[in-house]
This record gives sequence, C-alpha cells and structure tokens, in this order.
Amino acid sequence: MTLQERPDRENLADTGLSETPAERVSYLRAGHTLKSWLLTTDHKRIAILYLISITFFFFVGGAAAALVRLDLLTPAGDLLSNEGYNRAFTLHGVIMVWFFLIPSIPNTFGNFLLPLMIGARDLAFPRLNLLSWYIFMLAGLLTLAVLILGGVDTGWTFYTPLSSMFAHGQVVLAATAVFVAGFSSILTGLNFIVTVHKLRCPGMTWGRLPLFVWSIYATSLILVLATPVLSITLALIAAERLFGLGVFDPAVGGDPLLYQHLFWFYSHPAVYIMVLPALGVVSELVAAAARKPIFGYAFVAGSSMAIAVLGFFVWGHHMFVSGQSMYASAVFSFLSIAVAIPSGVKVYNWTATLYKGHISLDPPFLFAMAFIGLFVVGGLTGLILAMLAVDVHVHDTYFVVAHFHYIMVGGAVSAFFGALHFWWPKMFGRRYSLVWGRLSALLIFLGFNLTFFPQFLLGYLGMPRRYHVYPPEFQVLHVLSSAGAGILGLAYLMPFAYLFYALRYGPPAGDNPWGVTGLEWQTRSPPPKHNFDAVPVVDGPPYDYHVEMEGDEDG
Amino acid sequence: MADRVREPYAAPGQQREAAMMGMYIFLASETMLFSGLFLVALHLRLEHAPEVVAASRQMHYFIGAANTALLLTSSLLVALAVEAAREGRARPAVLATAILLGLGFLALKAVEYRMEYAEGILPLPGAVTEFSSPARHAFMNLYLIATALHAVHLSIGLGLLATLAVRLLRGTLPLPERSIVMVNAGLYWHLVDVIWIFLYPVFYLAR
Repeated sequence: MTLQERPDRENLADTGLSETPAERVSYLRAGHTLKSWLLTTDHKRIAILYLISITFFFFVGGAAAALVRLDLLTPAGDLLSNEGYNRAFTLHGVIMVWFFLIPSIPNTFGNFLLPLMIGARDLAFPRLNLLSWYIFMLAGLLTLAVLILGGVDTGWTFYTPLSSMFAHGQVVLAATAVFVAGFSSILTGLNFIVTVHKLRCPGMTWGRLPLFVWSIYATSLILVLATPVLSITLALIAAERLFGLGVFDPAVGGDPLLYQHLFWFYSHPAVYIMVLPALGVVSELVAAAARKPIFGYAFVAGSSMAIAVLGFFVWGHHMFVSGQSMYASAVFSFLSIAVAIPSGVKVYNWTATLYKGHISLDPPFLFAMAFIGLFVVGGLTGLILAMLAVDVHVHDTYFVVAHFHYIMVGGAVSAFFGALHFWWPKMFGRRYSLVWGRLSALLIFLGFNLTFFPQFLLGYLGMPRRYHVYPPEFQVLHVLSSAGAGILGLAYLMPFAYLFYALRYGPPAGDNPWGVTGLEWQTRSPPPKHNFDAVPVVDGPPYDYHVEMEGDEDG
Repeated sequence: MADRVREPYAAPGQQREAAMMGMYIFLASETMLFSGLFLVALHLRLEHAPEVVAASRQMHYFIGAANTALLLTSSLLVALAVEAAREGRARPAVLATAILLGLGFLALKAVEYRMEYAEGILPLPGAVTEFSSPARHAFMNLYLIATALHAVHLSIGLGLLATLAVRLLRGTLPLPERSIVMVNAGLYWHLVDVIWIFLYPVFYLAR
C-alpha cells in the first residue's frame, strides 16, 4: 500500500511511470499544442490556466474600481450616472470576490504546490481538477455576459428584496454565474482535501505538512461546507425573480433578514477562504526569509483550523444594524472578537520566527512584511468593527470598506504577489530582476496605504459606502484615495513587465534558488511532468533549518 | 483495464479509498445545500406556526408515505446490488428494479403535483392559486422548490444507476475491481433517499 511498491527497485530507471523524455524534462515541455494545455490533467498546467484566467478577471475588476475611484474625485456624480455607479461597484465586488480572490491563491498556487509539497504525483482527481477550471470559465463567461448585457446594480451581496423584487439589470444571470462558480470551488476543495488525506508521500505525517498545506486544507473545508449554502440561497433568489416563488418576500410572510443570515453564513467564511491561503503563503515566506524553523509550528497550523471553524459562527456581525435580536448580536460580537486570538497567534509566531533570523530582503519577504503590516491594521480595525457598540456608528461607512480592503487587498493580494515572486523561479525555471521586485513590493505597499488609509478617516467622519455624491469637505480625502489608487494600479502592472521579461531572458533558476527547505524545492525547476523522479521519503521535521546555538563553533 | 491504477495512485486500495472519501465529501456538500432549505422551513414554522400547520394538513400525506416506501425499497435494492458487486457478481436486474421504483416515485410526485394544482395550492408560474394566508403561500413556494430540487437530484441518480445497469449488462464494468463505481453511485442514491426522509416529515407531518 505504500508508494514505493510501484517502481521496480532493481531497475533504477523505472520510476513506476510511463513518461516521455520531454515530460521528464519539464511539465512545460510536455506538449506545445493548445490542446495539450486545454485538455491537460497535470495540476501544474491547470494552475497556469487558472493564473491566466484570474489575472484577466483581476484587471476587469480593477477597471471597475478605476471607474469608481475616478467618479469619486469630485463631490458631484459627474462621471457615472447613479445607476452606472451602482453597476460599477457591483461588478467590481462580484468579479473581485468570486473571480479573483476566492480562486486566487488556492486554485493557482494551491493547485501547483499542494502535490509538490506533499510529494504526490498529482491531485487525487486530476480530471475533476480540469473540469473545475472549465466550470470556472463558464461562470466567467456568464459574468462577462452580465457585463455586456448592461450589468447588475444590487451590490455583490444581492440583498433581498432589492435583488428579488426591485433591481433592474441581470440579477438572475449574475446569480447564475456565482452559482456556477460555486461548483468549481466545491470540486477544487474536495480535490484538495482528498489529496492531503490520501496522497502524502512516505514519512509526510500530519505534523510535517508545510504550513501552506495546512492553510489550504482549512480553506478547502470552508469551500466544501459553506459554498453550497450560497448556491441554494442564490437559487432561491432566482426562483423568486423567475417564477414568483418567494420565500424571502415579505408579502407572503417571508423574511428578507433570513436571506441575510443565509448569505452571510457563506460570505463570512468566504472571507477566510480569501485570507487563509494568504496566511499560509506568508508562513512559508517568513520561514524561508528567516532561514529558521517556524516558531510554534503546531500553533500556526492549529490557528488555521481554528480560524476556519470559528469563521462559521461569526456571520451575524454583518447584521448588527439589520434588526436581528440584540442577544444574538452580543454573541456574534463576542465570537467575532475571538477570531483575533488565532490571528494574533500567527502574527506573534511570525515575529518570533524572524527574531535572530538571517533575514534577506528579497522581494517575496518584502511582500510578506507588507502583508503582516497591512494584516495587523486590517485585523485591529476588524476588532473595532466586531464591537457591537462601535459598529453601530461606523456600519456601512468607508471605515468598513477600508477594513476589508486592508485584509483582502492589502493582505490577500500582497500575499498573492509574494507567492508569485517566491515560486516564479520554480514554476518557470527562470530568475527575475530582484531590484524591480523590491521596487514593486514597495510601490504596492505605499500605493495601497495611500488609497485605503484615507478611507478609514472618511468612514470615521461619516462617509457612507456606495454613495458617489458626497459633501465637499470629504473631497481632499477622496482625491488622496484616488491618487493612491492610480499608484496602486501602476504598481500592480509592474510585475507583469519584469516577470514576463524573465520568462524569456531570465537566467536559469536552478532547483532551489532561495536555498530553502520543502519538497517542492528538491525537484527540478520547472518540475518534470510527474513532479519527482523518485518518490520522495520525508525523514525530518518541516522547516529543518540549522539553528545556531550559543557556543557553536562558527556562531 | 481490470484493476488499472491510474495516476497519481500507487495501489488500487489507495485509489478506492480516495474515490470513496471524495464521494463522502461531495455528499457533505450536498447536505449543506439542502440544509439551507431546511433552515428556511424551520424559520417559517417558528414565525408562522398555525399557518404552517394548516398548510401541512392540506398535503396528501398518503402519497408522500407511498413515495417514502418506494424510495426506501429502491435503496435496499441498490444496497443489495452494491454488495453483490463487491463480491464480483453483476446484478443488473436488481438495479433495474430500483430504477423502476425511482421512476415510480417521480410518477407519483407528478400525480400529487397535479392534484395540488387542481386544488389551487401549487404556485406554479401562471397557475390560479388561492391561499388562506400569506404564510401558507410561502410554505407552498418552499415545498415546490424543495421537492423540485429533490426531483432533480433523483433524476441525476436515476441517470447514474441506468448507466451502471447498462454497463453491468454489457459486462464493461470489471467486478469486483471497479465496484467502487457502484459503491459511490449507491452512496449518492442513499443520500437522495435520506433527504426525502427529512423532507417528508417537514412538509407533510409537521402538524
């Protein structure tokens, strides 16, 4: 039953596989036709397919954000009509949440790295993995159809009765797109869970899993258990709009508040779908940058699971002013504050890992540092919002907008770029310019803060979200924010220039350009189609770096 | 073909375990899908107890009971066919009987819908309906959505079982090596059954 049974041990050339010489060189060489990409079941190629697709959606969603920020330059709504503004921010939300953030790290880096990190040949269900990409693309096409057919103006939350009774536009089509994307999420999560359970290589015990794998595992649990609740909720909205089968319609005794409960039962855990993989990436980057074993491995791994579990019981904090029972609100407030504990565990352990480490200021680490700083600001303002009494004042203001952008853009997107810079040499076998990498990390950090810090002030001063006409005294802060968005947009474009340049002109990366531990670095860059020439056997703890002790010869 | 081990697996046992685990996770996901509907039902019941009880009394619970019996029997037959497959025996006739019972469920459901339509309590688009209270309307809306969604799942299950029956007849499913396919289809069928076991009391017996 172990993996070693399969190759013939007498014959060293037998790896238990039928593979062509090209496949043995690299997964990128195994076929150059379009068909060899579109019908691939190789997790690494599917990861590249996802990388291309979500980058496309990132820029579509970014274009909508650009429209919003341009319109907010002046207090009058002079660029977009009221309806147009509603459609712009709805599109921005829908695309960024379901077509960029949720699939971003899991479906690209999770897909690429999970089998490599646990010493497997592929995910548990390779064909299902490809199917999930096609489902995702179908959902993406539906979203583009929404865009072309005039958009939707309900906000990404599709609140009833606005969405079910009053909204114009393509509500049903947009809900269908998200519904379909949900199946892609569920299949991916399912695939990851089974892979982690069944395909670990010999010696890869649960206590030796890389922290990125733990966070992807926790994320997958949420994907599998929360996404179907969103699916049924959106189906109920579609039934109400299409067939008049209202269950949220107050006219027949339905309750719009029930919609909010169902929606946030998915959508709050969804926040952790977006940020947990980022936390996993940062754990990897921090250990790699410090050249030290991660401090408190078990606690960092456990905190990912704790966040995933706690995340299911905090949804009510989105509804403090919606009219739910105040006792429910108090409990949700307490549970939301409790999420700070595992989050804090992570930040403290990263800091302790860095303590006395041999830190190299390479681009991945700069992105990780940016993440930690922004995550702390986003997390602490999250605590402020979790407090029932304070939230009543800043609910639905720019304070909330700034808070979740700190977590989801400052946090998750920084980690995404950190991962891209860290594993790029592994994925494509080429080094890129570290100078440009550092510069773009810096610019993204500065541009981000200039965009979103003023929004905390705006929200605290009372600027409500989703309004494009505002009192003139808010203009200075809005202009600052829009200027920051300009810098941020350009900074996001920068990596494309030097990363693409590196694809062709970069020097070969070598197997392990950063000199770090982890199974993915023990195979070639780019990896062969079947990941490893021989099935690896793990015989040590993760992050097994040499630690200098007092009294060491060379210390 | 017989006990082919496909990438990325090393041994047939490992491949079987992974396939079964995948199915169980998928079923957990399906359970969460329906749990959303059950939550709506619970909410209606708590908010509008008298109306929901009155609406539930109007349901044809004998048809529901007959359908429960049909589904439970079909599940038993599927379980027998799966056990046989595990031991290497193909039982297409047993599977076919289970499919017939499933079709019987759909037929009875159609008859029931028709009766409710005639009574003016089935809120189909364009139907003339009359409800004694708004909450009763919401109850019937939910009933229609939940039972229709269940029927969709049941139809998918029938498709799965029919494909397997054909493969058993043609002998293109090597048994017992690939019996996992039967096991997984059986698991799906049992879930469709279990969902009905909950739908039935919630809509018919909640008095």
